Amino acid sequence: MATEATGGGLEFHPMDQFIVKPLFGAGEVHWYTPTNVTLWLALTALAAIALLVLGTRGRAIVPNRAQSMAEMAYGLVYKMIEDISGKDGLRYFPYVLTLFMFVVFANLLGLLPMAFTVTSHIAVTGVLAMAVFLGVTAIGFIKNGTHFLDLFWVRSAPLAVRPILAVIEVISYFVRPLSLSIRLAGNMIAGHAVIKVFAGFAAIAAVAPVAIIAVVGMYAFEVLVAFVQAYVFTILTCVYLKDALHPSH
Amino acid sequence: MFSLLQEAAHTAVETTEGVVVHDEAAHGADAATHGVDAAGHAAEAAGLPQLDIATFGNQIFWLVVTLVVLYLVLSRIALPRIASVLSDRQGAVTGDLMAAEEFKQKAKEAEAAYDKALADARSEAQAIVAQNRAEIQAELDAAIAKADAEISARTAESEARIREIRASADESAREVARDVTAQLVASFGGNADDAAVSAAVEDRMKGAVQ
Repeated sequence: MATEATGGGLEFHPMDQFIVKPLFGAGEVHWYTPTNVTLWLALTALAAIALLVLGTRGRAIVPNRAQSMAEMAYGLVYKMIEDISGKDGLRYFPYVLTLFMFVVFANLLGLLPMAFTVTSHIAVTGVLAMAVFLGVTAIGFIKNGTHFLDLFWVRSAPLAVRPILAVIEVISYFVRPLSLSIRLAGNMIAGHAVIKVFAGFAAIAAVAPVAIIAVVGMYAFEVLVAFVQAYVFTILTCVYLKDALHPSH
Repeated sequence: MFSLLQEAAHTAVETTEGVVVHDEAAHGADAATHGVDAAGHAAEAAGLPQLDIATFGNQIFWLVVTLVVLYLVLSRIALPRIASVLSDRQGAVTGDLMAAEEFKQKAKEAEAAYDKALADARSEAQAIVAQNRAEIQAELDAAIAKADAEISARTAESEARIREIRASADESAREVARDVTAQLVASFGGNADDAAVSAAVEDRMKGAVQ
């Protein structure tokens, strides 16, 4: 950004890493323009494919490392759906695994230096969350018809309290996509911005060692956060799927 | 975290305004360069690039493309493959376990057969030993009986001979006594007839030789 002030001293641009830029040239960002988002989305998909497709091409009974990891990811998500959503949730296993692999690789690749974190954008996480929300709602109505509305009508509660509970349930239901998307994007933005701020302090010789240690510590923490947030996103998807498949409390 | 969101919400309003301005600018002036400047300016003014709605279409489009590609590749290639690998492994493990169970059963049977053979052999050996012992005992008894018979025969024979020897010795002693007596009587100037000498010797011998 040439127009930014460049006159000496400390400069903090912790949010510049999130700017969406065209990959080639400096034109306007149209909906079809290949941007840094496109690049890192593609790398995310390629990384997931590399692990799950190339990693398992040996089809070995005794797996090598890559195949072990692929099987571990598969087993993790499979077991999650089976435990939380039940056996009938396994129909949606491919989509849930796609979500998990996408989010976990987007988060981890975003931690590479100079990388762009696609999951730090509300637009991206919002689409992921809305896809889950709309998909789960559709499944709920298709599988259970109007019985899906039992989700909001708590039969175990006293009759007088039910309308109030219904309002709360409806609000909490519609907040789901918002919390799902903002939780993920917020975690990513905050972590990356904090790392950037610490990195900015590293320019001052006096505090540089502290800043660098802080960057290292934050980075390690962010690796954990990257995985945990992908896990949380997936597990909440499974919980919502369970509500759609078995709406009665 | 919460304050960040508040800030985000605050700047969202600004962004929308900025975008509206930018849209007007883009519509008003067809010159591309002007539009680019305005877009760049809007992006910087937003503060948080996440809230720059101008890039949303781009991100959503490419995200959907990525997700569709990823979904197709995973559901068509990766998942069936991993599922088949896992079920193969499950099958292999189950098969191996069953084979192991079978081998274990076989080993048990073999052990039982071995034990049975061992017991049979032992009892047979004992039977043979008992039979042999009985045979040997019988032979031994026969030999002992024979030896006893021989011993008693020899003993009888020996006793007969001893008796004979003793009798002859008795007779010899009488003879000597008679002769000595006759000689003694003769040397004392007597005249002893045989009958008297014999009677005297017999008389003396009764107490001595018995």
